[in-house]
Amino acid sequence: MTTDLFLNIDTSSIDWARAQFALTAIYHWLFVPLTLGLAVIMGICETCWYRTLNRSKGAVVNKPVDTFWRDCAKFWQKLFGINFAMGVATGIILEFEFGTNWSNYSWFVGDIFGAPLAVEGILAFFMESTFVAVMFFGWKKVSPGFHLAATWLTGLGATISAWWILVANAWMQYPVGCAFNPDTMRNEMVSFFDVALSPFAIDKFCHTVISAWIIGAIFVVAVSSWYLLKKRETKLAVESIKIAAVVGLIASLGAAMTGHKSAQSVAEVQPMKLAAMEALYNGGTDIGLTAVAWVNPLEQANYQFDDAAPLKIEMPYALSFMATNDIHGYVPGINDILNGYTKPDGTREPSVDEKIARGKQAITALAEYRKAKKDGADLTYLNALLSTINENMQYFGYGYVRDKNDIVPYVPVNFWAFRIMVGLGCVFILFFAVIAILAFKIPFLSIFTRRLLAIFCIIPETAADEYNITSLPKWHYIVAIVLVPLAYIASESGWLVAEFGRQPWTIQDMLPTWVAVSDIDSFSVALTFFLFLFLFTLMLAVEISILLKQIKKGPEYTN
Amino acid sequence: MNRKNVLYRIYDLYVDGFRSMTLGRTLWAIILIKLFIIFVILKLFFFPNFIKEHAEQGEESEFVATQILNQQ
Repeated sequence: MTTDLFLNIDTSSIDWARAQFALTAIYHWLFVPLTLGLAVIMGICETCWYRTLNRSKGAVVNKPVDTFWRDCAKFWQKLFGINFAMGVATGIILEFEFGTNWSNYSWFVGDIFGAPLAVEGILAFFMESTFVAVMFFGWKKVSPGFHLAATWLTGLGATISAWWILVANAWMQYPVGCAFNPDTMRNEMVSFFDVALSPFAIDKFCHTVISAWIIGAIFVVAVSSWYLLKKRETKLAVESIKIAAVVGLIASLGAAMTGHKSAQSVAEVQPMKLAAMEALYNGGTDIGLTAVAWVNPLEQANYQFDDAAPLKIEMPYALSFMATNDIHGYVPGINDILNGYTKPDGTREPSVDEKIARGKQAITALAEYRKAKKDGADLTYLNALLSTINENMQYFGYGYVRDKNDIVPYVPVNFWAFRIMVGLGCVFILFFAVIAILAFKIPFLSIFTRRLLAIFCIIPETAADEYNITSLPKWHYIVAIVLVPLAYIASESGWLVAEFGRQPWTIQDMLPTWVAVSDIDSFSVALTFFLFLFLFTLMLAVEISILLKQIKKGPEYTN
Repeated sequence: MNRKNVLYRIYDLYVDGFRSMTLGRTLWAIILIKLFIIFVILKLFFFPNFIKEHAEQGEESEFVATQILNQQ
């Protein structure tokens, strides 16, 4: 039973290859969001330093410039540098895995996957690495304006890198701008712009990058809270909390909005993923969003026989609104997708059995085309086969599906991961709102918030009007520190939903995992899985140890 | 070399930057060890290009076609 929860790992190479890819991607994603998030915070700190410097130039009385913001920027840049260094090249391992474990997939995607990754490598990586050098080495070598630009461009470079990686990922979920070439057995790009500016990629990019800022903001609040807990570096902690509170509040509200847009993309192009996220077995109009339900995490949902998950409490109309922007909108459930359904615009979505039949036609025609071409068959016959291939290529992958239930992703992981992500996202909005109110001492709102916190016994009634961010009870700072792992759990849960939800497809509707995988011995994949597990654990321990040491050491003040 | 020359200033930025590193030395050591493990050990011994190993040059599409089309 528990094997279902752990990716159903058995001795086959498919499952080990999937587990290894998941492990590597999850590990890589520990570094990326902190890089993107800290880039914004350190950019803001340095902008404050630049403004201080400019103001001092205009001052009538000559007095030493307060270098607080420069020291503050340098401190966050140091932590950024540690994370950046530890994350460098961890993503390359994924490319190795493509070539070894997923060779059929690698060939099949052709230049579509290669092009965004190449652009990422050439443009973003060099931009990032050039400006990183200026940021760390150039404090005394370049002008403050140039240095500030380099700091922001470092963050921009990292963000552009993320763009191209997410373009590649989005293409797997929504393959556009390509045509399959039966002679080369590859998908070939017909429109770079359709691939690079796919609406799915844009939604994914916005949601992913904005959610990364949340991790950066929570990390900064947590480090600052530790200083306040230890009653040291008070000014740096308070000012950093103010910046992080604003960034975090904007980001967590932004993540909710982009998440809504992302859900609409998913509803449009991957309805099965949405149905799995919601444990929606039978769809319809006016569908509510499940707040809680009992979906057993240890076994696949019984969608064939149950009407809905047990103990379901829902928010009326909310899923219809989330998926279609209309509270009466139609949302298909798992069974609707399996059996076929009529869309609101009157068009019919074929059943999985029909798609399987069309997929088989495509595969048979492709095999026959390649054989006929080798045998020197006439052009009319080849064209007829090509036409069959093109007509059915969108369902090519279904031709390998033996049982229609094989295309249903593992519902419990999607259901719970989605709830963890959204639930924690709501906690973060509340957290940053309270932090911002306390840190900025907003008139009326601060008093109101402190009174409200006192009513709920979160702060003592006797001192409700006195509290400021530097003198909260100890456990408040501890809560802020505990939010760091929770932020990572929320972020990784988002990726679990994105990747588990599209199973079994490596390329949506075109290539299932069992066809994409190499004909490789499962022992070698299992061996490298455990090798990675050891290496990643070791490297993570090293990073955390260096980070903690530097946090403990604290900022180095010029004055 | 003229000290105002752009190339000299870039050279100086890097050389002086690397020389005055403190924490950076440890981080660079970790990066280099990591790159060695990734590119020399993992890539060479554990992650060969499956298609290049199993298909003759120029016959890759035929190899993939056999792999994919025979699975139905």
